[in-house]
Amino acid sequence: MFVFKILKGDRGGQLFLLVLLAVMVAVPVMNSLPADNPLYLSTYTVTLLGKYLTYALLAVAVDLVWGYLGILSLGHAAFFALGGYAMGMYLMRQIGERGVYGNPVLPDFMVFLNWQELPWFWLGFDQFWFAALMVFVVPGVLAFVFGWLAFRSRVTGVYLSIITQALTYALMLAFFRNEMGFGGNNGLTDFKDILGYSLQADSTRIALFLASAAALGLGYLACRGLVKSRLGRVAVAIRDTEDRTRFIGYKVEHVKLAIFTFSAMLAGVAGALYVPQVGIINPGEFAPLNSIEVVIWVAMGGRATLYGAVLGAIGVNYAKTWFTAAFPEVWLFALGGLFVLVTLLLPRGIAGLWRRKEESAS
Amino acid sequence: MSAVQEFFRRDRVFDFMVPKVVDGLDLSHGTVLYMEDVSVAFDGFKAINNLNFYVNAGELRCLIGPNGAGKTTMMDIITGKTRPDVGTCWFGSRMNLLQMSEPEIAQAGIGRKFQKPTVFEYHTVFENLELSMAGPKGVWRTLRARLSTAEHERIDEVLTLIGLGDEAKRIAGALSHGQKQWLEIGMLLMQNPLLLLVDEPAAGMTHQEMDRTVELLTSLAGEHSVVVVEHDMDFVRALNSRVTVLHQGTVLAEGSMDQVQNDPKVVEVYLGE
Repeated sequence: MFVFKILKGDRGGQLFLLVLLAVMVAVPVMNSLPADNPLYLSTYTVTLLGKYLTYALLAVAVDLVWGYLGILSLGHAAFFALGGYAMGMYLMRQIGERGVYGNPVLPDFMVFLNWQELPWFWLGFDQFWFAALMVFVVPGVLAFVFGWLAFRSRVTGVYLSIITQALTYALMLAFFRNEMGFGGNNGLTDFKDILGYSLQADSTRIALFLASAAALGLGYLACRGLVKSRLGRVAVAIRDTEDRTRFIGYKVEHVKLAIFTFSAMLAGVAGALYVPQVGIINPGEFAPLNSIEVVIWVAMGGRATLYGAVLGAIGVNYAKTWFTAAFPEVWLFALGGLFVLVTLLLPRGIAGLWRRKEESAS
Repeated sequence: MSAVQEFFRRDRVFDFMVPKVVDGLDLSHGTVLYMEDVSVAFDGFKAINNLNFYVNAGELRCLIGPNGAGKTTMMDIITGKTRPDVGTCWFGSRMNLLQMSEPEIAQAGIGRKFQKPTVFEYHTVFENLELSMAGPKGVWRTLRARLSTAEHERIDEVLTLIGLGDEAKRIAGALSHGQKQWLEIGMLLMQNPLLLLVDEPAAGMTHQEMDRTVELLTSLAGEHSVVVVEHDMDFVRALNSRVTVLHQGTVLAEGSMDQVQNDPKVVEVYLGE
């Protein structure tokens, strides 16, 4: 049906979605095995995998705008973090009286700051549907306004990258301030439950993992569908020769704005799924370095393939987990070294290896 | 008082009441492009200086002139890339090009081929033509677009016309220089424009390729108006059309190739004093 039509000719994507489906089945099963079974997967590992999957969704969002539209966004972590904050605010309101100060309405940090009532922008976040809506709306609106200003002024290339970087940096500085009402540099944490289920329970963790996997799968299909449409071909045309596209009669600004906003929303969803799994969101997520790291994942996995972004995100983060445990001080050097090596030897990333083989075979 | 009276003149309509784009082009006067008293300066350098230029419907026109004569700037003005300091520029007798954006101008029916062939290198030849096709180009319509049979046939027709039928599935970046030039002309044709601006179509072509390009351009005139900018005099001669000579941003001479070549002013500009 529709899914098969989208995936027609996308060998990498077919393989990736099959693996994703297999993982979605295998992980809950392996988690339910007795602890002494060699195939047993601890809940800790499941949560870690879930976190990787949200990173992968973020990477897919970046690949969509960078690989296919030519916008090197160095600020996508900002949309990720905003989605995360929207979810964090919901989780904060769910704590209720169980906080340290026992205030039924105000989160702990507000009581601590001697605030008497909830700021207006916290209203409604006790409802899950509202928070879920905001996960799309807040990053989407920011991307739309930012993009409208930037694309209309025809800011492109390096300059655009620098502004996106400035955007996330400005947001980080703003969120660090206590007066903003988002918990200052401690951020939002101490979450208790989501939709009435305890966040510490194994079953909730599994459910969050499955939700992340599903979001990644659906996000991938949506991006692939977009890329395969004529709009996707227009996007690539803009990436390659923007002027030409304009003289043919396409409103380049509109195309860029639409895809950029869509990508920001995807990043927001990734952030919203990330927060309940790691249990905290703080302004550190806005750090410019985070956004740059996402670009490195995409470059390593292979730009303009979508599944390469998934591969890169999971691969690099797995390496990061392993390195920061085994040789913490070496990690950044290893990442830098890997990046240099991939750029020099595999300009099309890890996915490029597979594609080269495919092309020489056909 | 006189300033107020200006507002109440009965023979005038307020500027904001005049529609920017009128549906359908008015060619009742037989002229497709009017440029009058146009001047544009870059940092004090007058690239276009009091230029008057008209193109008739269905006409094939060659534009020649030494480097820096303002040929490309003129095309930039027509397509909306550059805005003139003074002057007017009308497409048909109703569309004011100076108030339209580049995509609007393209949609209205002016197609442009660049000096350097610019095709979409990572798309196939077929996709290049598909993207250039006339029709709705909004974001949502583009996302939902499906190729109809008629559109498919139109693309095949153009593929044959530009002699790239066998290359339809090839990546455009892999084409030869001459083939890219043709593909770009094909992309112009897909837009179904009334006015084609063709900047140096023969650059880097072999003699056979040039002959075919002449054939192609000549066959286009009549149905479309074509303005060709070219340096190669043999090519211009082969096109056998009216020639306009541009020099320092103004029209120096206009007429048939023979008339123009024997014009003492033109000889002076081209051969030096």
